[in-house]
Amino acid sequence: MSRIGVFVCHCGLNIAKTIRVSELAEFASTLPDVVVARDYRFMCSTPGQEMIANDIKEHRLDRVIVTACSPLMHEHTFRKVIEKAGLNQYLLTIVNIREQVSWVTSDIEEGTAKAKALLNGAVYRARLLSPLSSRVIDVNSDVMVVGGGIAGIQAALELANTGKKVYLVEKNSTIGGHMAQFDKTFPTLDCSACILTPKMDAVLQHPNITLMTYCEVSEVKGFVGNFDIKIRQKARYVNHDRCNACLACTEKCPGKGIAEWDEGLVKRKAIHIPFPQAVPQKPVIDREHCTFFLKGKCRLCEKVCEHKAIDFEQEDTFTEIKVGAVIVATGYNLMDTKPLVQYGYGKYPGVYSALEVERLFNSAGPTAGKVTMRDGKEPQAIAILHCIGSRDKNNYEHCSRVCCMYSLKFAHLFKEKTSADVYQFYIDIRAAGKGYEEFYNRIIEEDVKFIRGKVARVAESSDEPGRLIVEAEDTITGKFVKLPVDMVVLSPAMIPREDSKDIGRLFNLSTDKYGFFMERHPKLAPLATMSEGIFIAGVCQSPKDIPDTVAQANGAAAEALTIVSREKMELEATTAMVNPASCCGCQNCVRVCPYGAPSFNYEKGVSEINEALCKGCGLCASVCPTSAIIARHFTNEQVLAEIEGLMEF
Amino acid sequence: MSFEPKILGIACNWCTYTGADLAGTTRLHYPQNLRVVRVMCSSRINPSFIFRAFQLGADGVLVGGCHPGDCHYNTGNLYARRRLAVTKKILEFAGLEPGRFRVEWISASEGNKFAEVVQEFTAQIKELGPQQKLKIEQLQEKA
Repeated sequence: MSRIGVFVCHCGLNIAKTIRVSELAEFASTLPDVVVARDYRFMCSTPGQEMIANDIKEHRLDRVIVTACSPLMHEHTFRKVIEKAGLNQYLLTIVNIREQVSWVTSDIEEGTAKAKALLNGAVYRARLLSPLSSRVIDVNSDVMVVGGGIAGIQAALELANTGKKVYLVEKNSTIGGHMAQFDKTFPTLDCSACILTPKMDAVLQHPNITLMTYCEVSEVKGFVGNFDIKIRQKARYVNHDRCNACLACTEKCPGKGIAEWDEGLVKRKAIHIPFPQAVPQKPVIDREHCTFFLKGKCRLCEKVCEHKAIDFEQEDTFTEIKVGAVIVATGYNLMDTKPLVQYGYGKYPGVYSALEVERLFNSAGPTAGKVTMRDGKEPQAIAILHCIGSRDKNNYEHCSRVCCMYSLKFAHLFKEKTSADVYQFYIDIRAAGKGYEEFYNRIIEEDVKFIRGKVARVAESSDEPGRLIVEAEDTITGKFVKLPVDMVVLSPAMIPREDSKDIGRLFNLSTDKYGFFMERHPKLAPLATMSEGIFIAGVCQSPKDIPDTVAQANGAAAEALTIVSREKMELEATTAMVNPASCCGCQNCVRVCPYGAPSFNYEKGVSEINEALCKGCGLCASVCPTSAIIARHFTNEQVLAEIEGLMEF
Repeated sequence: MSFEPKILGIACNWCTYTGADLAGTTRLHYPQNLRVVRVMCSSRINPSFIFRAFQLGADGVLVGGCHPGDCHYNTGNLYARRRLAVTKKILEFAGLEPGRFRVEWISASEGNKFAEVVQEFTAQIKELGPQQKLKIEQLQEKA
């Protein structure tokens, strides 16, 4: 016989609107072993929590059922409440009548009936629960940050400044990310390099940061507090310990590759540093374009290198590190606009994507900051096209958030650097940010022309060869516009990295339909993920501007710190265990476990489970032919009892 | 009164259960015949859970897990996929109509898919009518 208390929450009207809560509490009091059942407006509030705690003492409750929102929301809250009142936290059951009942129906009859069935199932299950003791583990105090853009740089520096050791892993040969490609940043127009490069240097110099460029994470094992991570150092073919960054090699190299950093507008050498301010200032050889790797001879770089740093024999190497927490800040790509043939990108040389234009403005870019087009001419008329592929149900439904603002910035810079007429083709101007509306007003004053309408087509001019015609409906005048211009700038959708789903799998992160990483809760836990100890920051979560990215990075650093600043932490007790008396020694469990938690004890002839490795999925319990494995908190008996309870009503 | 089926749902914590929560957060309405049991992973599902539900009179059983390849526990749902395929065969061998048992991969971001699947599955079960084949009273009568 157990003594169960049932606490039904109204959640204001969130639940009470479509479930008759007092009827539900009355119903609860008729169920077996229920000694007290109450309903209250906000069970998670202080008075609600006190009500539960008092009832535990007064009625000597040994099981508590909270009938409220999803366990993913407040299981933790209520576990603490009952623990404080002297009850083991695993004797709590949550019945999800908000997310999975009251919010998904408008019919109070249906809602109440379903809530009763769920509650009945919970009572059946609760009677069979056992107290469990949490595992206490040691916590590794180091952190790994993945991605060396502004988000990763910021997070790494914040953590390193608190004295924690940080591994910053970047797949490119330099840190800096997209921000290092920009010339000016909106709305203040401060130069991107001036605010970013000191931070890049700080990363390089910081005694607590191990910078790992040209590296990729290849394996993640372990769990919060104790991640074992394998990192692949891609072969650079340059020994960075010997290289003194004289860059003589890059001058002599005959190999030509596409300059990724300049968005392919120009070529670069096969042995190269991506841009002059790169960190580290040491070159790598791009194997695909190296004459030696292609043709078997050349080795000019080797000849000019006084420090014997060139090493064509170099191979990928692997490093293993241990960290307590991880911050994933892998950033974004711009959508490839070539498939959107109506805009002519890739077909007409006068059509540019936004990042290409950033490089044209940049003094370290291919044109040394001059706005000259592919044909070498300065444009006389420029059209900037907003929302290319974003806010578009056929491509990406989301708003990329920054395009309005950088398009306004482009207009300003075009006006500053050329005498061209500048036209903005927009759907709405979204200028929600500190100083953004003011910046918009300033650009209007600068004689930039705004045409509200999504461009239908960019075509070649038949009258003036080489010029382009932008066709759109001006939705304010209702007239069709055909505007001749020299240059078209596309503002493509910001989308996740091409490998974001793989990265998601590596770190056990859920992704949304496009591949952006999902946060644990959209409002209250925007940086945490469903994988404990792994946090996200920056555009890999969703499109955002630099200030928001930096704020998230700081937040993620603080979140990581809440883990690695502890020496020990508690882990879920819901692991599996073997009952040796009924183990038949088939070793099914040993074969299926992805974490290697079960092992076979040959002496005793039975399987044993290493709790430190067990993550509590319950797979082994289901493959055990003799039911010798017990998945704690999800035992066969508990689940079957719940099913029985659910099917009764 | 129209037939209101009882449908058991078994959902993994990380994908389908979270997806079901998302359906709620976004206020997508669907029929209330489904009652969900949460397990940590679809691989935890012992076929006996499903057999038992049908014995107790479930008119349908819907299992939800992470998309294959996206399992929170790496490979759990791959085992579940195979096991549940066999379970389906056994159920049908035992005489159950094929439409009463369904497995769906629904991710944490697919609240709308969850609502759609429940809508569709409930309609299908209503069409099939009350489940008689595996219900315990029925079996006992025969015996």
